[in-house]
Amino acid sequence: MDKKTPFYDKIVEAGGRMVSFAGYQMPVQFEGLIAEHTKVRSSVGVFDVSHMGRVEVKGSQALDFLNYLVTNDVSGLELYQALYTPMCYPSGGIVDDLLIYRLPDHYFVVINAANNEKDQKWMREQAKGFDVEIIDRTDAMAQLAVQGPKAEQVLQRLTSDDLASIGFYRGLETELAGVKMFVSRTGYTGEDGFELYFPAQQAHTVWDKLFEAGADEGIAPIGLGARDTLRLEMKYALYGNDIDKTTNPVEAGLSWVVKFEKEDFIARDALLKVKEEKPSRRLVCLEVQGSGIPRPHDVIVGDGEELGQVTSGTFSPSLRKGIALGYVRRGYTKSGTELLIRTHRGEVPAVIVKPPFYKEASHK
Amino acid sequence: MANVPEELKYSKSHEWVRIEGSQAVIGITDFAQGELSDIVMVELPQVGREVGTGDSIGVIEAVKAVADLYSPISGKVLEVNTNLSASPETINSDPYGEGWIAKLELADPSEAEKLMDAAAYKEFLATQGH
Repeated sequence: MDKKTPFYDKIVEAGGRMVSFAGYQMPVQFEGLIAEHTKVRSSVGVFDVSHMGRVEVKGSQALDFLNYLVTNDVSGLELYQALYTPMCYPSGGIVDDLLIYRLPDHYFVVINAANNEKDQKWMREQAKGFDVEIIDRTDAMAQLAVQGPKAEQVLQRLTSDDLASIGFYRGLETELAGVKMFVSRTGYTGEDGFELYFPAQQAHTVWDKLFEAGADEGIAPIGLGARDTLRLEMKYALYGNDIDKTTNPVEAGLSWVVKFEKEDFIARDALLKVKEEKPSRRLVCLEVQGSGIPRPHDVIVGDGEELGQVTSGTFSPSLRKGIALGYVRRGYTKSGTELLIRTHRGEVPAVIVKPPFYKEASHK
Repeated sequence: MANVPEELKYSKSHEWVRIEGSQAVIGITDFAQGELSDIVMVELPQVGREVGTGDSIGVIEAVKAVADLYSPISGKVLEVNTNLSASPETINSDPYGEGWIAKLELADPSEAEKLMDAAAYKEFLATQGH
């Protein structure tokens, strides 16, 4: 039996077409995927992301524990700052990718919806020997992402604190729509935008006030379909597609969030080895030349050989062409390399391009 | 609820057929376009091709999905809707009108009787969980 987020009634009322996703009833789309995608790129859209996992990590060794648990360096985080990081198995395979916020008396970790149970179990196992407490806040809290170039303008109408003062990947404890909440300048679309974390009981109040405040901008609810095309245009990896336990951060292009210079952490040795030996494959961005839309598991071909597979593929509403992420064997991963993708309609030519696919996004 | 016009015939793979004398106009149903969502590319059947019932005769690509177009009836392709090459989204907005896909010369007019009528198709949709 699927769970429902605290916004379920509002979403159904708004015409969301519901699907089962990560154990929740979630909207795949409302008005239409391209319309919703365009709304976020040009104005402002609202995503219910309450299905994501949320935990507090507190205790005297919270920092030591997190720094051991993840590959990025948590120690440099300033108060109310956020950090993106992979969390790996000792083999280097990825357990998940996370956001970690530093708040006054704890660290706050946001987990991919489908991984919530698995991650919390993994975290608790690794926490043995550390003076830390891991508190599941998933059900108690609601989470909304308000994304788009007009997100700040709309949200500013609901709070007296200055949202312009929040830097990218920073946050603020504030009262917004009459509700005490944590607001961060983060998101998964490439656009300027915010994520709001607040008590689940206040979900309907915040939803209603938000849509009232953004009426002039045509604020709209956005489904999972557009969330996926938006993130793919930015080359943001999706756990379960582009990264998982069989892939490591180095080959996935996430070396920038692996900090070998910090103290020991899970997977340090394995990842150092991959880095030194150079990965046998890399996650690359492929842009289709002409018509044809790549889909996950399509085979990527070069010099008549199978070089790898598409992990995410779609029609890009912004570029009006097929785009894909996929792993490609070493030696074929340079930008400008011309390859073929074996799609449902036959082989189509594609070229490796530098990320992101979409270069006009509003976040600075 | 998907629109299911009374005067058309339907296949289990969600194509519709409108019989016009010895010819049949075909397309995909409102239900099918809704399931696919934003359609962004259509590979049309080849004019002149002889097709059998259930043959894959084209491909419909939506943003998040791809589907084969199956011929709901056998015959020879007389004409295809070339407007769809420039405006594939017409299938979303008008699946039974401007979004028609192909016109066939019927091989055997009695075949149409084997297709579902509107009532049967509605019942079929209900079994699909919609």
